[in-house]
Amino acid sequence: MLLFIINRLIQAAGAVVVMSMLVFIGLYLIGDPTAMLVSPEANDLERAAVRQAFGLDQPIWMQYLTFVGNAARGDFGRSFLTGQPAMQLILERMPATIEMVVVAIGFAVLVGVPLGMLAGLRPKAASSKAVMTVSILGFSLPTFWIGLMLIMFFSVYLGLLPSSGRGSTVSVGGLSLSVLTPDGWRHLILPALTLGLAKAALIIRVTRAATREVLPMDYIKFARAKGVRPRRVVGVHLLRNILIPIVTVTGLEFGQAVAFAVVTETVFAWPGMGKLLIDSIIILDRPVVVAYLVLMVFFLIMLNLVVDILYMAIDPTAREKVRD
Amino acid sequence: MIGTNSARAQAAENLLSIKGLKTHFATRAGVVKAVDGVDIELAKGEILGLVGESGSGKSITGFSILGLIDPPGRVVSGSMTYNGKDLTALNEEGWRQLRGGDIAMIFQDPSMTLNPVLRIDAQMIEAMQAHANVNRAQAYARAREVLVMVGIPSPDERLRSYPHELSGGMRQRIAIAIALMNKPGLIIADEPTTALDVSIQGQIIHEMKKLCRQVGTALIWVTHDLAVVAGLADRIAVMYAGRIVELGTTEEIIENPRHPYTKGLIDSVPSRSTRGSRLHQIPGMTPSLLNLPQGCAFRERCAYAVAACGDEPLNTIEPDGRAYRCWNPLGGPRP
Amino acid sequence: MSTASPQAPTVAVETPFQRLRSQFLENRLATFGLILLALIIVPSVLAPWVAPQNPFDIGKLDIFESQLPPGSVSESLGITYWLGTDGQGRDVLSAILYGMRTSLIVAFVSVTGSLLIGATIGLTAAYFGGKVDALLMRIVDLQLSFPAILLALILLSVLGQGIDKVIIALIVVQWAYFARTARGTALVERNREYVQAARCLALSPQRIIFRHMLPNCMPPLIVIATIDLAHAIAAEATLSYLGIGVPVTQPSLGMLIANGFEFMLSGQYWISFFPGIALALIIVAINLVGDHLRDILNPRSAQ
Repeated sequence: MLLFIINRLIQAAGAVVVMSMLVFIGLYLIGDPTAMLVSPEANDLERAAVRQAFGLDQPIWMQYLTFVGNAARGDFGRSFLTGQPAMQLILERMPATIEMVVVAIGFAVLVGVPLGMLAGLRPKAASSKAVMTVSILGFSLPTFWIGLMLIMFFSVYLGLLPSSGRGSTVSVGGLSLSVLTPDGWRHLILPALTLGLAKAALIIRVTRAATREVLPMDYIKFARAKGVRPRRVVGVHLLRNILIPIVTVTGLEFGQAVAFAVVTETVFAWPGMGKLLIDSIIILDRPVVVAYLVLMVFFLIMLNLVVDILYMAIDPTAREKVRD
Repeated sequence: MIGTNSARAQAAENLLSIKGLKTHFATRAGVVKAVDGVDIELAKGEILGLVGESGSGKSITGFSILGLIDPPGRVVSGSMTYNGKDLTALNEEGWRQLRGGDIAMIFQDPSMTLNPVLRIDAQMIEAMQAHANVNRAQAYARAREVLVMVGIPSPDERLRSYPHELSGGMRQRIAIAIALMNKPGLIIADEPTTALDVSIQGQIIHEMKKLCRQVGTALIWVTHDLAVVAGLADRIAVMYAGRIVELGTTEEIIENPRHPYTKGLIDSVPSRSTRGSRLHQIPGMTPSLLNLPQGCAFRERCAYAVAACGDEPLNTIEPDGRAYRCWNPLGGPRP
Repeated sequence: MSTASPQAPTVAVETPFQRLRSQFLENRLATFGLILLALIIVPSVLAPWVAPQNPFDIGKLDIFESQLPPGSVSESLGITYWLGTDGQGRDVLSAILYGMRTSLIVAFVSVTGSLLIGATIGLTAAYFGGKVDALLMRIVDLQLSFPAILLALILLSVLGQGIDKVIIALIVVQWAYFARTARGTALVERNREYVQAARCLALSPQRIIFRHMLPNCMPPLIVIATIDLAHAIAAEATLSYLGIGVPVTQPSLGMLIANGFEFMLSGQYWISFFPGIALALIIVAINLVGDHLRDILNPRSAQ
């Protein structure tokens, strides 16, 4: 087990190196960073001075090493807009995003797994067909569209819930959280619902497919032949098996949801790191974009590792394979 | 075990009595009559071999007895009584109490019957707790006891294992142990040795017979292999295309088959006397159960077919309980 | 269960296309989707000729008739604003037709591009196998594990705005799905007799891949392409909503929705709402058609 984690960490490190190269090539070589750093009226001499000052006259591999060296120390430069270190800016915004995503994924699992099991257990029932049809919509309608419709209904038409901002927060150990105040919840519900609906639709589909796959298995029929109560057949024999794909997908979707928070945060003016990314992209605040990307890559790779470990915890046959 | 007195008197004390069982599957192509009029009488502690090719309906018969037929399949008619209890009148909870309590089942492929993500102890304990009001420790003790009964060494270690950590033979022994947990009156074993190595097959058959005799459990052993049940069963029922075509004591069936299909099955079993010669094979294939033609379903493959075979063969029942469905039985019709 | 589909016996009077058509029309919901799709696509493609107004011709707009509710009649232009007007006095219906046109163009071109690139890479990987396969599929996995929206955002922030840039970004995020599907199908096809025969004839790999294997791999790819059209429309709308998609001079549905957002909060719902409904309708219609197409063309689910 420990060997497996070490092995995966080495792979993860490799992935970080590859991704850092891609990010570097993508952002530093395509398009001329000098254009970002000097005023358009600058003459060639001034440009050359800037290039030298920022090391842009060095060979590419030197530039890359400098970038990596700085990145390793958490130094991604300062925001063009505020002058603050880019990474610090993002880390400040991160709790808001994670908070929203956790609530959204929690909602998606609580709604998606039971509905998916229902649809899988009774595929011909009208209710199951309705669930599947709605899930297609949740799956294919764009997130921002769902957000707008929710705002239109709950904020504009009913006037029940606020359409933007985070509401009052409580600081816990340096993290400010909305989930601890009623006002924070009122602000959190719509963005989290928006993000969660699409994920719920996906989890419904995964759960249903897994249920349909496990249900005809001999061990389900054997459990019934033992006289095990239907509730236990579904709640233990079926659930423990379908949990394997559900946990895997949910874990990976957590990463997707953090990325997709970009959209939700824009719609609801939620002050998370996704909103920061969009703002930075629009005003071409490149250090912030780079810092966000590197952080995200690191986050996704770590998430993959966590999902793998979870997967082994719930699938005994996977543990065996690792031992071999 | 085999009643030589009148069948009626025997039926009264029978453990299981099935009459005219029909289990059909409504598919898009039409109705598949998997089981089409099966009668089985089973005495307490009796071992019956239910033999037939794949698709003959033998497994479906087994599942029908436990009410485990899933849509599109359905038991369309027939009566089933177990210990005087009318099974066709059972509700879902009644069926649940029957399954694993009164009647247990062992499946074909031991690599598929145990839940891969649950430990053996959980799978054994739940089998007991589904039927008896016992705590975990009591159920665990019983699980340990039956594992020893089926010949599993170091049962405590096995109870802590996951199915994939055990060999196929070990898993099937555990499935047998689970079947024995609640001391059922009847065990239905659906080809339980087919997926195992030949050496383990013999052991399991031997132990199974010993255990059933010891505990007094009746057994229906479903198989496609006549040789397997020859040394195990008291009586043999041969199934073909959803019907029992011949029934008799094991000795009579093996020594003196009346139905040409039974003879075909016997001839296709390799034995010492047939060594060196070509093995016999029944020509043709199992007919599709979708649109069975009128008359004897075997007549297309039968070397003894006569004109009368175009009509439905009657079930000839001899005074000693021997029965067969054939217009032209081997050895000629008895007076 | 074998993944190889047995050749269905063809009824003499029916061509495969006719059979597909009759099978398709059996499902009422899918037929409804197809009709809905036609009702959206035809007027959108013909927008310059059928729209009440050219919403991008400043000379044809009346700025004093901005933010009119649906059903208002224009006093200066003599037309009825069935779906109201936006902040610049643009007829919302006309803007939707033109916007849908842009959305459809982006979606069709990007999906076709992704299909071609993805199928080529997937078939190549399957045909050659070994290291080529491992490398290409590693790239596909890497690409698929990275959130598509971020990739598109970053690309557009580097490339800048423009319909062509959006198309490029969408191709980059979508090709991998096609590559994976094409490879999966082609792995089965590769072992079929006709490919072996073609190899024995010493035909060039290009010829075997494109002339022999590709046509047989098309059904699943067409299904994916159909459903992917909806994804592409949604993705383009999202990018444009975020303000980094198509330029303001050629607004797509996403941008129309974004433009109407502030008005929505003050109760003038129609500026965002109707483009939103149009967007939802096209996505739903494509999904209805695509879902049923998958049921028909996938031999596993047909049983």
